[in-house]
Amino acid sequence: MAIRTEPFVINMGPQHPSTHGVFRMRVTLDGEVVIDLEPVFGYLHRGIEKLVEGRTYTQIIPITDRLDYAASMSNNLAYVLAVEKLAGIPVPERAEYLRVIMAELQRIASHLLGVGSFLNDCGAFFTPFMYMWREREKIVDLFDMVCGQRLTYNYMRIGGVSHDVPDEFLVALDKFVKSMPHFIDEYDQLLAENEILLVRSKSVGILPKELAINSSASGPVLRGSG
Amino acid sequence: MTLALSGKEVGTGLEEKFPGSIVESSQDSILVKSEFLLPVATYLKDTPELDFNYLASVTAVDYYDYFEVVYHLTSLPHNHSLVLKTRCYGRDNPSLPSVVSLWRGADYQEREVYDLMGISFTGHPNLKRIFLWEGFEGHPLRRDYL
Repeated sequence: MAIRTEPFVINMGPQHPSTHGVFRMRVTLDGEVVIDLEPVFGYLHRGIEKLVEGRTYTQIIPITDRLDYAASMSNNLAYVLAVEKLAGIPVPERAEYLRVIMAELQRIASHLLGVGSFLNDCGAFFTPFMYMWREREKIVDLFDMVCGQRLTYNYMRIGGVSHDVPDEFLVALDKFVKSMPHFIDEYDQLLAENEILLVRSKSVGILPKELAINSSASGPVLRGSG
Repeated sequence: MTLALSGKEVGTGLEEKFPGSIVESSQDSILVKSEFLLPVATYLKDTPELDFNYLASVTAVDYYDYFEVVYHLTSLPHNHSLVLKTRCYGRDNPSLPSVVSLWRGADYQEREVYDLMGISFTGHPNLKRIFLWEGFEGHPLRRDYL
């Protein structure tokens, strides 16, 4: 027999163990079911738009690194593309290739970080995280080779990139690209039938397709709704 | 790749449907009078050959003489996009109709515009600050906020 419970309101965060991007949720619960949730943002609001109003176009590039520490390259790229479009500045072909390589590597690194920490939050503590981290580390090493930084790259420039890649970069990149499919299979084996992951994510919090579109959901959230 | 529809072509169709609604239309965007915002937005969303079911972003620009609010619309079924703009005047209490009734995604976006630019959206179900705290004075992304 189901036990009826009174709904109650609980405050989650901003100092929650899953403090990746700190925000607070006012959650209304009926037993274990969330019936309402009011998100409270702003803990990480740094006013970057206002900050850059008084800076030159080139000074803004390193600030875009800090918009999302797991996607510095992509943020660099989005920003310089906008400036180039506004000013009509052409980019050398080699720089375009380098930019695409960096953005793709960043995307892989960001997904590894995202999936790894998602599993962590689901209760699969640190083992899957370390598997993901192993390959992310190689990408971070690659970025280190091209710009001397592991997190805030400041690599893109208006009209190109800061400098060409060193010789050892292409060798290391080739090795990484050849090894990655094997690791994807390994993640698949680890995760696709992982009991913790299935119980905590399957048939939980379903967002119907139409609602997802109407709510402007994007990226993996939107794809997850079909 | 998503096809950016010509603002001129869509604008011509809109002008026929809603005479006097379009201030100007260019290759990149359409600028509508604010009193026509809701009917035009509804038409863009509900007309099958346009079918703009996805609101990618709502943002605002302070041109000092007026505020311009920009809506980036996408149609996922047709894979095409359109930029819709409107203006509101006055710095004391600029106001525009809310599009939350059409796209729920506008909820937080309009709250952000309200919070940082100080534009009210009439018909918004829960218009309060989103990043800054209640009681914060001013709207920091305005040109005259220093």
